[in-house]
Amino acid sequence: MKLDSLIPAPLRRPAKPGEGDGARGPAPADLKTTPPERPSDAARLGERAKETPSDVLAWVDQRTAASGFLTGMLFRKVPKGTNWFYTLGSATLFAFIVQATTGVFLAMFYTPSTTQAYASIAHINNDVFLGQFVHGMHKWGSSVMVILIFLHMGRTFFFGAYKYPRELNWVIGVVLLILTMTMAFTGYLLPFDQRSFWASVVGININGTGPVLGPYLSDFLRAGPELGATTLSRFYAIHMLLVPGAIIALIGAHMYLVVKLGTTAPPWVHAGKPKNAEPLAQLDASANGSDG
Amino acid sequence: MADEADKRNGTEGGSPAERLQPDPPGYFEGESMTRRRAFTVAAQGLGGIAGAAIVLPAVGFAVAPIFHRGKERWEAVGPVGDFVEDTYRQVVFTETESIGDAGKVTAYVRKSSKQLGEEPGQIVAVSNRCAHLGCPVRFVEAAGNFICPCHGGVYDFQGKRIGGPPVRPLDHFQARVRNGQVELGPRYSVTSQLEPVRARDPGEFTGGVWEYLYPPRPSTFPPPSGG
Repeated sequence: MKLDSLIPAPLRRPAKPGEGDGARGPAPADLKTTPPERPSDAARLGERAKETPSDVLAWVDQRTAASGFLTGMLFRKVPKGTNWFYTLGSATLFAFIVQATTGVFLAMFYTPSTTQAYASIAHINNDVFLGQFVHGMHKWGSSVMVILIFLHMGRTFFFGAYKYPRELNWVIGVVLLILTMTMAFTGYLLPFDQRSFWASVVGININGTGPVLGPYLSDFLRAGPELGATTLSRFYAIHMLLVPGAIIALIGAHMYLVVKLGTTAPPWVHAGKPKNAEPLAQLDASANGSDG
Repeated sequence: MADEADKRNGTEGGSPAERLQPDPPGYFEGESMTRRRAFTVAAQGLGGIAGAAIVLPAVGFAVAPIFHRGKERWEAVGPVGDFVEDTYRQVVFTETESIGDAGKVTAYVRKSSKQLGEEPGQIVAVSNRCAHLGCPVRFVEAAGNFICPCHGGVYDFQGKRIGGPPVRPLDHFQARVRNGQVELGPRYSVTSQLEPVRARDPGEFTGGVWEYLYPPRPSTFPPPSGG
């Protein structure tokens, strides 16, 4: 069986003109001499069963018309010279998905209270099955995500992929970078051990050194003049609810623009002449002729 | 523009079919706003009011702590006889309630010294919070200095900065004597001349023009006198 037949018809890559078998496959060469065999009931049931996924997808597609968008997205053209550096954005997205998934499961055991936060993290690390592993994924994954964002940003910068018409995507990317830093900063306090406590004190005080608005920003972050119980719940709410929603929405906008505008070729690949372009002199001549 | 077309209906217009169309409902001569436009403005206005009714309380809820000042809190840290003029005694008391040990702060307390030109008979309570970024400083008896472990800030016996990155002297706590017990109260900051001002966060300068660049926050207590 060809692998292609497993892909539902609406999602199959469209055949190039002049290729393909037509809708019902190739016709038998000798239809007159050997009549087609009648398949048994069981075989016909099997055939039907094989088509079920395709039927289900067709049912959805008739009601959403999603296949046009999906084929356009999945089979879009990429420029010559596309290489492994172009996967850094997807890698960052994967790191975010890891953070979101492990974060949801950590939240099942974590208590955002100043008196219980440390104990609940200790419980996750010491007692919960695979708890230390999930916590470790989240902790180290946050550093991985920040590193990947900067590599992705460097790729975009050095390949000149931020230029027209992709400036808006650069701006969205910078906002995503700031939001990721906010996640890293607010998440650091949550274990509520000595390190996270003093690191947050220092971080909030650095915020406060901004003139005029800085002192008020510090009070806003702490929810008061000193780091206290409400600071922890505030950081927890920002870390869990506010910023992840904004990140998901902006990742959607970021990827929409990537698909809509396409990717750039690396700077060392130069645009060649199209294969079937007419010589320039001929074009000029014909243009002059019509003018005259 | 649909609005323009609405106005023109029945009066002018291009094709004969258009000219025959009746006036839109509610049209009258000399109207200043078409019905369509009035409804658009009303719908957007109502939507705006509904949005503001949700967003403004939520933002106020999040921002309110900036304008809230907690209750003034005093705590006894030991009898007056425990404290001397020429060195500090370390005490621990609760500055922020209901968060356990995290709400406790350390103060270095002594009696005021005539030799240093201080008003006699006072209690001096110096906060151990570094004026650079808030790390805990330690009083080193042999050197007579406060030294910060994080970034190397050094303060003299009175808490004035003599080295490293801090931007102002160490903070103080208000102090008083009640029934022979020394009591410590709200925190306040000082200028480089040790004049009391309202409490500032670490890293913020005090005195002169800095009082405007780092304005006092409503959540802090007034300093003991003036400032």
